[in-house]
Amino acid sequence: MPRRRRISALLLLAGAMALWPAAAYAGDDGGGTDNGENGENGENGEEEPAPTTTLPMGVAAITGTMPPSGVDPIEGVEFTVETADGQEIGSAETDVDGVWSVVVPGPGAYRVEIDPETLPDGVDLTDPDRTEAQVTVFEGRPARVLFAVGDIGGDRPTFLERLAQNTANGVKFGLIIAMAAVGLSLIFGTTGLINFAHGELVTFGAVVAWFLNARGPQWQLFLAGFVAVMITGLLGATLERGVFRPLRARQVGLFQMFVITIGLALLMRHAILIWYGGLRHSYADYQGQTRWDLGPVSITPRDLTIVCGSIIVLVAIATMLQRTRIGKAMRAVSDNPELSEASGIDVQRVVLVVWVMGAGLAALGGILLGAVVAVDWQMGSRLLLLMFAAVILGGLGTAYGAMVGGLIVGLVTEISTIWVSPSLKIVFALAALVLALLVRPQGILGRKERIG
Amino acid sequence: MSTEATGNGALLAASNLVAGYVPGVDILRGCNLELHRGEIVGVIGPNGAGKSTLVKAIFGQVEVRSGAVTFEGDDITSASPHQLVARGMGYVPQVANVFPTLSVTENLEMGLYLQPKAFDRRMADIRPLFPRLSERLKQRAGSLSGGERQMLAMARALMMEPSVLLLDEPSAGLSPAFQDQVFERVHEINDAGVSIVMVEQNARRCLQIADRAYVLDQGGNAYSGAGSELLHDPKVVELYLGTLARAK
Amino acid sequence: MQWDVIFGNGARAAIGPDAAIYALLAISLNVQYGYAGLLNLGVVGFMLVGAYGLAIIVATAGLSMWIGIPVGLLAAGVLALLMGLPTLRLRADYFAITTIAVAEILRLVTRSRSLEGLTGGPFGLQQVADAFYSINPFPDREYGFGVVQFSEQRMWVMTVTWALALLLTGLVALLASSPWGRALRAVREDEDAARSLGKNAVAFKMQALVVGGMIGGLAGVMFAIRSTSANAESFRSDVTFFAYTILILGGAATKLGPLVGTIIFWFTLSTIESFLRQANREGWLPGFLEGSESIGAFTLVLVGLALALLIVFRPQGIFGNRNEIRLQT
Repeated sequence: MPRRRRISALLLLAGAMALWPAAAYAGDDGGGTDNGENGENGENGEEEPAPTTTLPMGVAAITGTMPPSGVDPIEGVEFTVETADGQEIGSAETDVDGVWSVVVPGPGAYRVEIDPETLPDGVDLTDPDRTEAQVTVFEGRPARVLFAVGDIGGDRPTFLERLAQNTANGVKFGLIIAMAAVGLSLIFGTTGLINFAHGELVTFGAVVAWFLNARGPQWQLFLAGFVAVMITGLLGATLERGVFRPLRARQVGLFQMFVITIGLALLMRHAILIWYGGLRHSYADYQGQTRWDLGPVSITPRDLTIVCGSIIVLVAIATMLQRTRIGKAMRAVSDNPELSEASGIDVQRVVLVVWVMGAGLAALGGILLGAVVAVDWQMGSRLLLLMFAAVILGGLGTAYGAMVGGLIVGLVTEISTIWVSPSLKIVFALAALVLALLVRPQGILGRKERIG
Repeated sequence: MSTEATGNGALLAASNLVAGYVPGVDILRGCNLELHRGEIVGVIGPNGAGKSTLVKAIFGQVEVRSGAVTFEGDDITSASPHQLVARGMGYVPQVANVFPTLSVTENLEMGLYLQPKAFDRRMADIRPLFPRLSERLKQRAGSLSGGERQMLAMARALMMEPSVLLLDEPSAGLSPAFQDQVFERVHEINDAGVSIVMVEQNARRCLQIADRAYVLDQGGNAYSGAGSELLHDPKVVELYLGTLARAK
Repeated sequence: MQWDVIFGNGARAAIGPDAAIYALLAISLNVQYGYAGLLNLGVVGFMLVGAYGLAIIVATAGLSMWIGIPVGLLAAGVLALLMGLPTLRLRADYFAITTIAVAEILRLVTRSRSLEGLTGGPFGLQQVADAFYSINPFPDREYGFGVVQFSEQRMWVMTVTWALALLLTGLVALLASSPWGRALRAVREDEDAARSLGKNAVAFKMQALVVGGMIGGLAGVMFAIRSTSANAESFRSDVTFFAYTILILGGAATKLGPLVGTIIFWFTLSTIESFLRQANREGWLPGFLEGSESIGAFTLVLVGLALALLIVFRPQGIFGNRNEIRLQT
């Protein structure tokens, strides 16, 4: 959930600086002020300022929760804020915690409008005629606006229906994680490196595809995606040849390599932030589709394509690993790099191919995720822990482990929302990760020898 | 083929090798070895003498800090292992000598990675030497018994029809019955024309089948000579074959 | 270009409360990673627990800050115990991933709506430090020289935090040269050898984890006091990475590394950023770097680059010793 803050030097620099686009020292610069550049606003209507929750002193905002009680938060409800004379300030959607907020230019009177179409099935405004509210905003404290909602009875989904829908969502999400995680697992398997920057490869692919699709040449998403995957593969190759291979030749220790990937992740993430900006954008195609009802499950044609496409890609990868010469060489190098060298396999070349393929798959995962959710500069780093979970659950070092682990993580995450608040769903996946590490660290498909 | 460095037609020669794993620590301190065509050369000595390091240095898996290695007259001191495989050298490490998650067939395919088209022909040649493997072609190598794994390890190295085979303690950890089989295979492979360097812990059996042998100590050559001579040399027996005296 | 402002901003950041808080965090890392060799990548979790311990006692339960502070420290210690018991036997990189996961779980759970009654959910807890500022001995005015100015409240927080940092530096230095410290280093160097000498390796590591964890909790407590609030958003994993950069910069397993590291880190960071802002105003910056968002982000690009270069070319930092480094790889 990307949030954006403008902060003054009085706030904690580190956590904020590390994450937020605005920087810390603006307010103290010899009396100068932060010029308040916060990116574009309302260009094609597809951008939306990301909601904020807590605010620094001196900034005015309007916020709210859905439902007002805070119990069973509803995500994705859209609110629009206008000045008293009807000029639009901005709009926002509720996040996983049901919270939305819009920063306003200053204290004063504003109008807030809710879009009832964005309420989920089975929930409606208690007073359907009242879709607008007036509010006065004071400096430094967010003004809260609440709209009462209630169940309209009837269509409450049964447990089985919810299970089916969540399973479908879980499969979709899990396949995306699986795809992105295969590279992570294979890179570890062949070189022993835990690539903390893998999340940034995911983001990079999604962002490049966005530039090709919604900006620049404005290609259709398939073409934009394809080219983005190629470019990211090239980036992977560059990283391996330019950074990691020379370091391995210098016999730099694995821990140091790990820290290097952490530095690289920081670097790439913020470089993407500079280049792409702090706002969420969507791709130009495949938005706003109506859902098909397939039995208890409703799914958009786009998501169905994503599921089928991912399955095809993963099966293709598996086939390559099982049947082709280079695929077997990859498995051999993952198994035993020294013996591979002793068998005549050029291990360095295999590692290069692994990086290209792994980076390309990460990019593909990013593009699919961007199509489902939206593209923002932290999407990959948010996914990183889940990818770690997938890879470790499935067995670090094997591609099949990443696939199995990814599906499990996706399913656990989505199905858990039946019982717990959506804001905790990732916690379940992480808890599963910790449990796996304690009980069976080699994962489902891994081998015991790798652990000690 | 020979050059002045290998004088008397040695197929493989290592001279004054200094090598080690960790920077600053030398395991080999000036070690020599010669292998002539058709020979079995044994390398024995106490633990830590540098036996495994010697073959790894020859094969390019350990950095050679000074000294030279030649093969068929060409200097291969800095050649990498996969280049040497292409030139006709094979190596069977002591541990981790198979690909555990790959099947037996796939292990052998990896052995012939550089010439995949010759697979069927080579399989036909290899199968008679390793009959038990032929029954287990689809089995994952990790689930084979210790002895079967050793056989697979050797078979893998032979797929490329090497002219030289480097074996690192092939009988380690095997039951006596399997050890017999291993040494029989070594003999058969040698009869088929492969020259062999064999590092061994089991000095007696090694010297029994070796034409010549080197006894290493603390990274250097201590004794060398014909296998049968060393077998009965009291110095060798006393210092390094304590078990021999007790066993027989 | 107003150089006095640029360097003034650097100086202010280098001696300000945030630098002091990070000094505490770096000291905690020094104990856990520098001396004990534990790759704890979730150290921000201890900070979170310390901060929320204080905040919950004061804001939710309405009790005195003097109860809240020990609770925060104790909570951090308990976290260290709970985290360490099952995981200290894991391989180093698995341990590292576990610590990241635990820190993230903590952050997500404290942030979640379900615990809003206790932790304030996504909005966090406010007004947790009134008691602290009410005993502020500094009279009401601005302190400092030139551009480097602090309010009396900041002076109070700064002084206390730096005093704590100095105190703990001394304590840790004593610990490190004590028999306990030597045993700990022996365990880090060669666990099997240490065990054969009769040292219970896991017990030592656990002790280091708890001691370091409580110092991290203290950093969290001071952070809550400094921002007068506790919010899960402030405790993301980037905080940990900053702390590591600081520690590695100053030199892991050295006495003064954390202190010097934090001063240099914050000075450099703020100076560069201030410089970029001024350059922006003069119009010197290329198009893509204009705007405060981008400048902040660019500074972090530099941090990432610095971390990577540091660990390759000078992993021992300023005060460290090359040989100690080999033990940590």
